Amino acid sequence: MTRREGPGDAFDDRIHLTAVDEFLAWGKEHSLFYLLFATACCGIELMQAGGPRYDVDRLGMIPRATPRQADLMIVAGTITHKMASRVRTLWEQMGEPRWVVSMGSCANSGGPFSKWSYSVLNGIDKYVPVDVYVPGCPPRPEALIDGVMALRERVRRYRTLGERSTEPHVVAGHEAPFGARCQLPPPDAPAGDGGRA
Amino acid sequence: MTVEASTPAGERMTLNMGPHHPATHGVLRIVVESDGEVVARCTPDHGYLHRSIEKIGECVEWPMFVPYTDRIDYVCAMNANLAYCVAVERLLASDPATTVVVPRRAECIRVLVAELNRISSHLIAVGAMAMDVGAYTPFLHGIAQREAVNDIFEKLCGQRLTYNYVTIGGVAFDLHDGAVAEIAAFLDQFEREMQRFNRLVTTNTIFRDRCAGLAVVDAAQAIAWGLVGPNLRGSGVDFDLRRDESYGIYGELDVRVPKGEAFAGRHGRQGDAYDRYVVRLLEIQESVRLCRAVLQLLPPAADKPADPLGGHQAEVSKILRKVPKGAVHVRTEAPRGEMGYWIVSDGGKVPFRVRCRTGSFTAAGMFQHVMRGIFLADVVAVIGSFDVVVPEIDR
Repeated sequence: MTRREGPGDAFDDRIHLTAVDEFLAWGKEHSLFYLLFATACCGIELMQAGGPRYDVDRLGMIPRATPRQADLMIVAGTITHKMASRVRTLWEQMGEPRWVVSMGSCANSGGPFSKWSYSVLNGIDKYVPVDVYVPGCPPRPEALIDGVMALRERVRRYRTLGERSTEPHVVAGHEAPFGARCQLPPPDAPAGDGGRA
Repeated sequence: MTVEASTPAGERMTLNMGPHHPATHGVLRIVVESDGEVVARCTPDHGYLHRSIEKIGECVEWPMFVPYTDRIDYVCAMNANLAYCVAVERLLASDPATTVVVPRRAECIRVLVAELNRISSHLIAVGAMAMDVGAYTPFLHGIAQREAVNDIFEKLCGQRLTYNYVTIGGVAFDLHDGAVAEIAAFLDQFEREMQRFNRLVTTNTIFRDRCAGLAVVDAAQAIAWGLVGPNLRGSGVDFDLRRDESYGIYGELDVRVPKGEAFAGRHGRQGDAYDRYVVRLLEIQESVRLCRAVLQLLPPAADKPADPLGGHQAEVSKILRKVPKGAVHVRTEAPRGEMGYWIVSDGGKVPFRVRCRTGSFTAAGMFQHVMRGIFLADVVAVIGSFDVVVPEIDR
């Protein structure tokens, strides 16, 4: 009996024993279709992540033009006050379960525009719940892929039928000393703005 | 190929494209009133990416604005850096005490990176246009070559997209070891790759016939609507700021200016979408040639006074604490056309006003004119042919 790629225990090539929830999570993890949604500079890096060198297709990530077919929204780029409600609308159109990766400083916190700009929203997490923050201005495609891998760990633990746990978001690329990812308190924790204020 | 709208206004359907649409190049929103399959009226709606960059220009010190110029046009950030830095240098030159002389080696590197960035910017433009009309593969070919340019820039300044490389008075770093050979090798393999790209897309009958005669802008219209750059040249106007109002060392280089000549053949007309596309490809060729010419001109690095690093930068930052009073308008040729800065100084260390004029803005203004009477399916092809980048429109 050898452990093979896939959920649960495999007895031979054909028989896997697993829980339905685990099986569904395994399927979701390996087919994170993302919404083709780019607003600014990070959008170019998002495209290059989908390009031939970084090729996120190999992770089962295929861009979808409509939010109704997408599992994952990568908020790539600056979100202005005018755009923010549209992002919320797009997010609402996505089917459950849905995930959000905030890519780049602008989507995380307003980035270089947070201090002086009158029109830029300081962090998309004020409009949609964010699962993974990817820092960088813009993040390299490797950083984005690292964020996606962090998200996949989350997707693997997602339970469609069982009790859902509310997990804190993660910041990609911030490794704790023992290899576990650095986890910040959830945005609604009493400590304040997720430790980023 | 235009069709007159026939039904009364009440029977038209209003179609909303954007701000999220896979083919509007970012967050451009276009409200299309359609009469059946024909566009009766098209109204662009801007401001979804208005990041108040010009206002930020009034808040930050002179050199601190350079990273923001990256974000005005991230597809060709080097050109955006260059435009601002040339403008500030021109302002400093109004007073002999504050005049900054850019070392010759830095001038050569500036032209080199600007032309390389023009190549990578046009690759996105032609690739995205092919993607908009339904061919996904050419975009990936464009991206693959863009990665090669990104690698060169990354070695040069550590960034792949927003460089902050061209600084006031020079460039941030000298070329890395082996850069000249690397760039020359890239140019050689890139030329072969472009031949393949042309066989795949440019001479493709489906693509050519799709774009032939589409959204024709004649020379007089192009000038009247203020089109700039490749869009203007696609309409057959022979105008290029690198040659006609040269800055840096462009004056020493022989810049050949391609222009639209109804390349699509029998069905094509001068100034159609295909012409704009072909002009971009010809400009890529021209940029390759200019890069080679600059590599020949490049003075050796051992020439210490021409070193873009060192004491020169410290001297420039001292000058920038007190920029002479006055206003200057400098225009440069960016891949999306004229990128002009109007800069006003009140004598302090912060600009009084930074106004940026960009090519995409006028191109987007042209939409409502050229889209009337075309088919709905062609709308994205027309957007692609004008190569608008939304932060350039909204800033």
